[in-house]
Amino acid sequence: MRAGATTFQDDGPIAALISDGRRLHLQHGPIDLIIEAEGARDEVLAAYRQARKRFRTVLVELVDELAMLRLGVDRDVAPTGDIAKRMKAAALPFADDFITPMAAVAGAVADEVLASLIVGRRLSRAFVNNGGDIAFHLGAGERYVAALVGDPVVGRVAGRATVSAENAIRGIATSGRHGRSHSLGIADAVTVLAGNAADADAAATMIANAVDLPTSPKIERAPARALYPDSDLGDRLVTTGVRDLEKNEIDAALDAGYRYAMKARDRGLIEAAFLSLATSTRVLGDAMDQTRIEFETELETTG
Amino acid sequence: MTEQVSDNATKRKPAVEKIRCDACPVMCYIADGRSGACDRYANQGGELVRLDPLTILENRIEGGGKVVPFLDGEDDADPWQGDVLADGETFITAVGAGTTYPDYKPAPFIVSSEIDGVDMITVVTEGIFSYCGVKVKIDTDRHLGPERNLVRVDGEPIGHVTTGEYGSQMLSIGGVHHLTGGGKKEGRVTCASMLALCNREAVELTIDDGCSVIVQAGQPPIINGVLENRMRVGCGSATIGMFASQWRGLVDEVVVVDDHITGVVSEHQAGKVIGWPETGIRINGRKSTPGRYFQVAEPGTGWGGTDLQDPLKILEPFNAKIARPGQSMLMVSTTGEQSAYYVLDDDLQPVQRDLPETLVGSVERITENCEPAMCSVLFMGGAGGSLRSGVTENPVRLTRSVKNMLTVITVGGAPCYVWPGGGITVMADVTRMPENAFGYVPTPALVAPIEFTMRRSDYQALGGHMDHVMPLGDALKGGLGPQNDHILGGRTKAMHRPENPWPSDRRHYGWNREDTAG
Repeated sequence: MRAGATTFQDDGPIAALISDGRRLHLQHGPIDLIIEAEGARDEVLAAYRQARKRFRTVLVELVDELAMLRLGVDRDVAPTGDIAKRMKAAALPFADDFITPMAAVAGAVADEVLASLIVGRRLSRAFVNNGGDIAFHLGAGERYVAALVGDPVVGRVAGRATVSAENAIRGIATSGRHGRSHSLGIADAVTVLAGNAADADAAATMIANAVDLPTSPKIERAPARALYPDSDLGDRLVTTGVRDLEKNEIDAALDAGYRYAMKARDRGLIEAAFLSLATSTRVLGDAMDQTRIEFETELETTG
Repeated sequence: MTEQVSDNATKRKPAVEKIRCDACPVMCYIADGRSGACDRYANQGGELVRLDPLTILENRIEGGGKVVPFLDGEDDADPWQGDVLADGETFITAVGAGTTYPDYKPAPFIVSSEIDGVDMITVVTEGIFSYCGVKVKIDTDRHLGPERNLVRVDGEPIGHVTTGEYGSQMLSIGGVHHLTGGGKKEGRVTCASMLALCNREAVELTIDDGCSVIVQAGQPPIINGVLENRMRVGCGSATIGMFASQWRGLVDEVVVVDDHITGVVSEHQAGKVIGWPETGIRINGRKSTPGRYFQVAEPGTGWGGTDLQDPLKILEPFNAKIARPGQSMLMVSTTGEQSAYYVLDDDLQPVQRDLPETLVGSVERITENCEPAMCSVLFMGGAGGSLRSGVTENPVRLTRSVKNMLTVITVGGAPCYVWPGGGITVMADVTRMPENAFGYVPTPALVAPIEFTMRRSDYQALGGHMDHVMPLGDALKGGLGPQNDHILGGRTKAMHRPENPWPSDRRHYGWNREDTAG
């Protein structure tokens, strides 16, 4: 019905407070950030100015190194941009499996903008939400409650994770086969809590990849490049459909992801993870409750 | 540009190509049927389309901040204050809403909201306009072509030159005769050209026995490859007329250099009436009336639209019987973009000096009065029976409701002029609408957004589809009425343009006047 115009001009970065007047929206191309800082009004506004200023060049910095960032993280090339460095650092610990720095791009952008947002400012809390990958700052005694999405298709909330300032957690990221980027696995959603958003992003990507039934005919896959010609995943097969799974199949796939998540936690890469597939879930918190992460889940959980 | 535009409308490319999106620096390659990294732009059959079709306007708190370009406000002297969107002040435009044509079903969105205690309804639809056109105003004094001559794109007639206006040339583009009354190619090219103009793209037009002109809404015209910067405040003679009294006593002679008519204040009627003395100046040009000269030089991009880089070339030696050493002279172009100040030496030869402070103001005033040359594009269309029946079961009542100022029409949220007389014929400035507000159907016809806003009671009275009304909040959350079987790819928010009145503002409505009068 509607004719597309032949060309669309790059409108450049956009910055605006959204309708509640409290949150800042920054957008450029595929980057879409919702930012909220809490504190005195002038501190908040100053923080927003800092974030806005930093955001100006974020996309072009990434685009400058995009070809390199789409290569496997094991390649011996050093990124020059601050965000690119964050991406590579977050992906590197997973280099035993195939991963590119792009696995951490959303989290790394959130971390970088958060750093610019809070530097020199007095804020009780601050969040940079990059399409569900969130970097946050917590002042002493503050807590952050994140909703965990169990089923992204219907947007059902499966539980909540509460993070306190004493936790070494400042990033949360979600990955799965319904998101914007393609997944090698079949998880509906994997949410990871880690020291920063880039680490959480890379880990969530890898854990979601590990939630899989590699030989099952019920999984439809297509080469990533057939769907998105520029994909960093090249001709690797990404999940395009999952037919109804039996309980044992769901458990097997979730267990594979859970084992991968445990290894990541044991290596100190992540603090906690929440996995969901076909309304079944796994929670990997700290059994000794030292992280004091409180998961309240509304669905049946194991693990 | 033109070629590209018409190509898209006329040819269905084989649906295999991946395309390069240029909407942001990422420059994604996008396979057919897929979207780019942002999920906002997609490849549909080799054509790049936006996926966020439904545009929602958000109003700003008055005084809460004008639209601030991103790059402004980074210095400490003028810090960015935050652009605040007012809570709840939301208006769904018809951009991307889709249409139920030709099913005669209720319009895709009929939403209700309460504004200042009044229950308001907005009917949101995209109209298919087979009767529509584009009026183009081009700010230039240049002769683009004779009135009534055809305007062409790709050799196809798409409109004509119509009556010129002050400082501007006017074109009438499109209309049912070019769309469906001529050859098939004529219709397609006309539709593609109108679509491009309305979506604020550049289109190259050629005029029979005239110029080639590149027109883009809100941009200066490019005529025969030359960018037109400013509208002249007037010709050289008119400029003399406007400023003679401001120059009196400050300078002995003023020459306004212009490709059309160069003016000389000491000889000009405007100088004579205030007793301006003779200076013995002699101009090398064809004298029209006293102080007015044609053809002082060839047309060009130099002084006042001439080819002159040195304005002294239009002077012959001063008349030694009248001129005296020390006599001063200002030469200035019609746009004030060039100016020079001279004093005659003992041999009566002009020698350039710095422009005295006392004259700077008058030169600046000329420039100030030369507005930037622009192309204005107004969409004009008539709401036909099927469009109106999407609003009401009794279309003529909608016409009456509009005429009685009970219903306000907006085009993509932009205000429009409603012509008097029968039917609903509207005219709206495309630069006041969200981007890419227009589409087309292969008929060929233009698809334009149109919204009708009125009180709930007035909607009921005109036979509105009351059982299809949904609250605005539901529509914003993604709700669709039972009549809407279109799949919307998403939604986009657009800043309300501060120059546009808010569609449901009570001041538009006849009943408000009654209320306040009573």
